[in-house]
Order: sequence, then C-alpha cells, then structure tokens
Amino acid sequence: MANTQSMCTSFLGELMTGTHNFGTAPIRAVTTADTFKAALYLASATINAATTAYSATGEVSGAGYTAGGITVTNATPPTATNSSATAGVGYWTPSASLVYTTVTLTTAFDTVLIYNSTQSDKAVSVHTFSSQTITAGTLTLTMPSNTTTTALLRLATT
Amino acid sequence: MIVTTTKGDMDDSLLEHRAGTIDNENELTTWTEYWLNGELVHRSAHVILKQMPSFAGGETATF
Repeated sequence: MANTQSMCTSFLGELMTGTHNFGTAPIRAVTTADTFKAALYLASATINAATTAYSATGEVSGAGYTAGGITVTNATPPTATNSSATAGVGYWTPSASLVYTTVTLTTAFDTVLIYNSTQSDKAVSVHTFSSQTITAGTLTLTMPSNTTTTALLRLATT
Repeated sequence: MIVTTTKGDMDDSLLEHRAGTIDNENELTTWTEYWLNGELVHRSAHVILKQMPSFAGGETATF
C-alpha cells in the first residue's frame, strides 16, 4: 500500500452542501437544501465571475416575467466521484429544465444567473448563450447531463 | 395547431412560420417565430446548454 497526497473528492461534494466551514458563515436554521433561482440578464448587462449576488440591474423585464426569475428544480443532491488516487469531481446540475412560460422579453438577453435565494441571493454561476428575444412565447433552458464532465457545476481536482 | 400570439391564440395556418438553429460548442439553440402581416406575433426559443464554466483544478500543498 502507499499513500497519495490529494484533496479528498468527498470534500468537493461536501463544499456544495456547506458541510465544511473554514471561516464565518450564516447560521443555518434547517438542514434542507437551499432554494436556488435563475434570473435572465440583458445582453447589455455586466454579469460575470465578479458578480457576488443577484441584482435587478440589467435583468430582463416584460410580460410574464417576475423579477428574480424562476426557482431551480433541485431534486438531485451534489455527487462526488473519484477518477484516480489524486483526482475527483464534485458536481451538481438542476434536475429539470429552466422554463420561462408565456413571456414577452423584447430586449435581447443572453445570460442566466443561478443564485441562492435562501442565502441573501448570493451568486452561484453565470451561463451565457446566443442573444435571444421572446414574444408571447416560452424560453426553455435545458440543462446538460449530470455527469463528471458535463454537469452544470463542477469542482475538480486533477 | 394553436399558437399563443400577441393577438391571442391563433391557428398556425394563418401565420408565416420561421425557424432556425444555432449549434456551437456552447449551445444548441432552436427558435421558432410566427409572423402575421409582417409583424412578429410569437417567438420561442429552446437553448440546450453544452459547455459549462470551467473551474480551476484544486490541489493540496506539497511539503
């Protein structure tokens, strides 16, 4: 047997469930999953890695769309999978498509922000796509497969 | 087929139909439009996300 220096893959998955706390963090009143939401942003907005929380600035507006966006379906908890003695991936994907039904969004938009509405609307991830408008129609954002290489969110060691 | 439009629900036989696809490394998007007398009265889009943001690989310190 031999030992191998590595970051534990279980830790990657546990980061996604708030199991570890190296600093200060909000006091959790419950042990259930937080509520995550998905807000759409105009192509003219500035939403990127520096975004720390949801903001209505630059968000789309129009008939059928509620500021703050829609709730993300989260039926599948994060998973952690080892790929070797030194590497692994913690990953998570919403368990259903994001569907904005019967909306009219006439100003071009190209971004969806996933954020944690339970934890002060703190930002999670930004996903861009080709610029779109919707007229009395439906926008469907279909998620990638929830695997180690394609999941929406992946924390990996190599 | 009945289509929701800015003029209310309409039969698609009364409308001009346009559709398109965007397929690149980031997404596969299909969009559908219905036009009435030169006016856009319905547009829907279906975006299938392919490529997610990359996260830097984590590693432990070497002693």
